[in-house]
Amino acid sequence: FSLETHLLPRKNLVAPPARYGGRHTVTLIPGDGIGPELAKHVCELFRFCCVPVDFEVVNVDSTKTSEDDINNAIMAIRRNGVALKGNIETNHNLPPSHKSRNSLLRTTLDLYASVMHSQSLPGVRTHHRNIDIITIRENTEGEYSSLEHESVPGVVECLKIITRTKSLRIADYAFRTAREKGRRRVTAIHKANIMSLGDGLFLECCKEVASGYPEITFNSMIVDNTTMQLVSRPQQFDVMVMPNLYGNVVSNVCAGLVGGPGLVPGANYGENYAVFETGTRNTGKSIANRNTANPTAMLLASCLLLDHLKLHGYASMIRKAILSTITDSQVRFDQCYMQFVGGIQLLLLRPALYFDITLNMSSPLCSSCTLLIWEVRAPHLKWSSPSWMQSRAVDLAHRDTRNQMTVRLHLSL
Amino acid sequence: MNADVCVQRTRHPSRSSMALILFRAFLTCPDACVFQMVQDPTQFDVLVMPNLYGDILSDLCAGLIGGLGVTPSGNIGANGVAIFESVHGTAPDIAGMDLANPTALLLSAVMMLRHMGLHDHADKIQTACFDTIRDKKVRLKSLLGGLQYFCSFKSKFQTMKAACL
Repeated sequence: FSLETHLLPRKNLVAPPARYGGRHTVTLIPGDGIGPELAKHVCELFRFCCVPVDFEVVNVDSTKTSEDDINNAIMAIRRNGVALKGNIETNHNLPPSHKSRNSLLRTTLDLYASVMHSQSLPGVRTHHRNIDIITIRENTEGEYSSLEHESVPGVVECLKIITRTKSLRIADYAFRTAREKGRRRVTAIHKANIMSLGDGLFLECCKEVASGYPEITFNSMIVDNTTMQLVSRPQQFDVMVMPNLYGNVVSNVCAGLVGGPGLVPGANYGENYAVFETGTRNTGKSIANRNTANPTAMLLASCLLLDHLKLHGYASMIRKAILSTITDSQVRFDQCYMQFVGGIQLLLLRPALYFDITLNMSSPLCSSCTLLIWEVRAPHLKWSSPSWMQSRAVDLAHRDTRNQMTVRLHLSL
Repeated sequence: MNADVCVQRTRHPSRSSMALILFRAFLTCPDACVFQMVQDPTQFDVLVMPNLYGDILSDLCAGLIGGLGVTPSGNIGANGVAIFESVHGTAPDIAGMDLANPTALLLSAVMMLRHMGLHDHADKIQTACFDTIRDKKVRLKSLLGGLQYFCSFKSKFQTMKAACL
């Protein structure tokens, strides 16, 4: 089993040049909610693994109506070529002229493909097994064109834009991805029985592109049937391509099927830029600042970032660490630790117990002992009665002669 | 995320005529809703949404409970006009062969009876239907993708008739 990257190398898409002694500069937009803490985890992880990436942090204030913040962020991404971002909250109480910052970023930089790879991870208990679906969602048009008007009070018209150019582009991206990754089937998701012009155009474009890829089977499915099939037999899907809104819903269903929003990374690719984030784009306000957010999604997104920068060694090292953590048979998913090549073990533990943790200090990479405690909500816990794990005390027990330090963590619910 | 108070008049004879239902209005996007739905559908009770999201989410929920073959539905209009229907396909290949699964249409009929206020009859038929499904002697086969439903209709109907009387 391996967590594969869905990086698609293109001839004219060149990774940004390394600067200042071989180190890349990547724009980091922390965002709101759990974004800042996840960004902090990524920074600390990269620091410990000595990844040659420097983050240029650009904060975007979601409460302000002026677009200066987001324009600064866009300029920074244009400068650096890649970004790692958290979700920026869209305040619904502001007037309609205030556009969603995330959508503004995507449309301005023309990040036309949003790719999310939902894979069943060993060690994560879910109802369905062996899911491996790549969802490719058109990111810039469709229902998210932000074109709404109220000509008559109480009657709102919302325009859904589907264009031939963009539909052909996203279909082409989907088929190229399928070919590069050796996938067999591409399914187009639509609602052409109701929206025969809009989704009909999308479907037609997909069929046109499909004719150029004879080795790949192409079929189409209506979106409501798709969601039903996804919850009953998700193994039938391989690569799915769809317009914006259906992509939003379907990719979230896929994320839910493999274990939730904390596990799946997402990537937005354009002609010239790439932005990486968590797959389900949640701000997670209700769990912010409680040290309980699952960092897996953001860490896997940072691995996608590293693959994009052609730092494959570091990416596979971090992926292996995440995978070995999750698949460790002695570790249930409500406790997990991150083990890095280089030797620092970071722990999340079962509730109401104390554990002896061994920190391997022998790696030349670590000069100081830093204990990062991440607490993960178990996916099998009911949302209505969450049990949060709070770490209360860390006792330094002893240091043994093998250059290891044993730490005892007391946890309580 | 506002707490709101809803007053609903209930027509069920066993409950009081005015029931005060306190609910927390969940303002949630369809994407946030769907992954919660897939992970833990029991947290949801009643969902209200516009047309497109309703189409998608209702089929998703139908998939969670066993498919369109067991899902009842009703379309309620103004002035008490209502049409109740089963939302599965016509399955022409098994038509006339006494194989079709009647559960969806039967439960839709139960919904219709409740709409008309005939709660006793509705309860009887619903209980009989559930008991028949639970009964291991009658096997229900359904293929979710092909919308084909096989059921030994005659024996199921006879069991239900016996249970009703």
